[in-house]
Amino acid sequence: MVVDAVGAILLAGVTLYALLGGADFGGGLWDLTAGGYRRGRAARQLIDATITPVWEANHVWLVFILVIFWGSFPGAFAAVMTAAALPLWLAVFGIVLRGAGFAFRKEVETVRWQRVFGAAFALSSLITPFFMGTVIGAIASQRVAANPPHAVLSVWTGPTSLLIGALFVTVCAYLAAVFLTREASQRQDDGLRRYFAWRAGAAGVISGALSLATLIEVRSSDPALYHGLTGKALALVIIAAACGLATLGLLATGRMAGLRTLSVLGVAAVVWGWGVAQYPALLPGTGLTLASGSAPHAVLVTIVVIFVAAALLVGPSFLLLFWLHGRQLLEPDQHADKRAGTGD
Amino acid sequence: MHAMQVLTATAGGLGAGGGQVVPARAQMATTLGFHIILACFGIAFPTVVLVAEYLGLRRSDEVALLLARRWSQAMGVLVAVGAVTGTVLSFEMGLLWPGLMRTYGGVLGIPFGFEGIFFFLEAIFTGIYLYGWQRLPGWAHFWSGVPIALSGIAGAISVMAANSWMNQPGGFTLSHGKVVAVDTWQVFFNRAALYETPHMILAAYMVTGFLIASVYAAGMLKGRLDRYHRLGFGIPFTIGAILTPVQIFVGDTAARAVASQQPVKFAAMEYVTRTSRGVPEYLAGFYVNGKVYFGLRLPDVDSLLVGFSPHTKVTGLDSVAPAYRPPALTLLHLSFDAMVGLAFLLLLAGLWALLAWYRRRALPRVPVFWWLGVICGPAALVAMECGWIVTEVGRQPWVVYQLMTTSQAATTNGGVLDSLTGVIVLYAVLGVATVMILRLLSRRWRQGAGREPEADVPYGPPTQPREPTGLG
Repeated sequence: MVVDAVGAILLAGVTLYALLGGADFGGGLWDLTAGGYRRGRAARQLIDATITPVWEANHVWLVFILVIFWGSFPGAFAAVMTAAALPLWLAVFGIVLRGAGFAFRKEVETVRWQRVFGAAFALSSLITPFFMGTVIGAIASQRVAANPPHAVLSVWTGPTSLLIGALFVTVCAYLAAVFLTREASQRQDDGLRRYFAWRAGAAGVISGALSLATLIEVRSSDPALYHGLTGKALALVIIAAACGLATLGLLATGRMAGLRTLSVLGVAAVVWGWGVAQYPALLPGTGLTLASGSAPHAVLVTIVVIFVAAALLVGPSFLLLFWLHGRQLLEPDQHADKRAGTGD
Repeated sequence: MHAMQVLTATAGGLGAGGGQVVPARAQMATTLGFHIILACFGIAFPTVVLVAEYLGLRRSDEVALLLARRWSQAMGVLVAVGAVTGTVLSFEMGLLWPGLMRTYGGVLGIPFGFEGIFFFLEAIFTGIYLYGWQRLPGWAHFWSGVPIALSGIAGAISVMAANSWMNQPGGFTLSHGKVVAVDTWQVFFNRAALYETPHMILAAYMVTGFLIASVYAAGMLKGRLDRYHRLGFGIPFTIGAILTPVQIFVGDTAARAVASQQPVKFAAMEYVTRTSRGVPEYLAGFYVNGKVYFGLRLPDVDSLLVGFSPHTKVTGLDSVAPAYRPPALTLLHLSFDAMVGLAFLLLLAGLWALLAWYRRRALPRVPVFWWLGVICGPAALVAMECGWIVTEVGRQPWVVYQLMTTSQAATTNGGVLDSLTGVIVLYAVLGVATVMILRLLSRRWRQGAGREPEADVPYGPPTQPREPTGLG
């Protein structure tokens, strides 16, 4: 059914944003914790070089998710935007501070201003995924009503929401550290490789613990979701756990082959596990399903067409960007600062 | 700040909406009024940079290539800020206007969905173009920028499809207040898209062209008369100047279309109180209780402009009940007049340059021209913002013309005043920081020292011990 296809497209968008945007957020977190001016220099340089040419393209997945969400499921979109307005506003402020801080930091010259913009970038990399996570938690834990009159704090401050918020932060850190480990290994920087491998392992263990804690919490507070996760989504939950453990094993033994793929598969399995567990509910607890909450048929068809067009146009473009970036062909321009040669 | 004027001017007479509609509109005005400037650069700046790069590659012109490289650095900053302020708007569609999205989200998802594709392409190729200067070969690098320019235009077409749909909604069936069927084609290519879209894209090119040219005109006035400054002025100014007469034609067509499709908006723009023939045109003037004060009255001219005859009947404000008339008529009319007047100022500047070029194959030498060149950038910007005020405030009290009022669309949440305050503070800082960064770039280029590559590392000391660049 076309509505299921649209639901899958939305979840695919969430997955790609979690993986690509999430890793960029994680880069900001490691920037935040890299230590002082001298000690953190090498790590910050690698983070900066890795994120710079790609963060804007990765960020577009968020806009894609919003548009697909409101176009396909307008009622649920309005409900979430009303009920969880506060964490969404905080995430919005974080998005502005983060993008602007990152772009400005490159251009300022004094260390003081680099610190100011760097702090804006790094701190907002912490708050933005946290608040986004609380909103997902609010939806999953049945706290968003179908027609909420106004925002209520308890919508997103339940234990499930807070756990998922924290999980978002640690997963971002985990993905970023894994990607940076590989990046350092490709640049044959053994020191940085160990630096990030250790951090990837730590973030992975905490993410695993938080996932487990969420599962236990959900077991008592949200039997429907727990039933889904241990029933029809069980295979995905097992894949997520297996990929996570395998990634930790690779990190411990210092092997690079398959490291990135396994970590990505693990996180993707978590996102799809949530989607499958919740299916066919759109806003759990409200009776609103994908089918009953969807826009008219023609809109859904258009969105599928848009997705196919995006896959054909945007997919290869992304591959080109990542390929050029992977071969280290993309770097800030140094020649623009040269003096104009032909003054008269 | 005009957003505050919109706020104070529209505070009355919008009906019930939980009291949030005024701060919600003020916030939308602030964030959109800010973003629209960056959107203009996003649409048109790539083309300006590509023209410079093309000239540079084609004629082995080092000066043109240097301009292209430097402009792309400025473009990088503006695109980054535009990407995040654009995202804010996507969230605000739901956070401020859940009533609109609940009913019409499906319809609005169509144009914005297409916009998503072009936003992706723009961001991806911007990443390649901006950071490909060092390692990609000349023409390959040039071609990596072409998709940015094309997707900028295509993205603008999509966003304008959404905005013009709000002015001329169509292509859907309503049943019990719910959209039950949608015709994608009719939504995207609605009746207003035909003139609104070219009007906005041309405005984007004019704002970008004239603003960049302003910077170099100012340099000329400071005695920097080298070829770098002449070319830096010439490329963007030419783009803006060529498009100005086209824009005046499109704008004139648009005004006539508004007169027939949204007669009340037109009546508000032109101070037409009563439906009648032989309607006068007012230049400037204030509108108080149905009377125009201090305006220059040109008898029959409004009828003449609308239907090419003094006997043309023009619909007046009296055609609808007061509750359905736009607020802030003076603001609307003065914005409209300012936009038209400034367009003719820009036309004059272009004609002057054309005349000088025709006679001497050179730009005018007199400082007055360069002063005019400096003014052109802000003039284009103000004209664009005024046009946007006319189309948005003129549609009020409707958010979807004649179908949904703005108060029906607004959020029921309290606390919009808080997010409004936050947004004003945040955007003020963002605006100041953006301008400071651009000035910093220009100062660095002028000093021409060229930073050491190592200095690019965010708050880290250089590898080799050097003098610290600032506080350590």
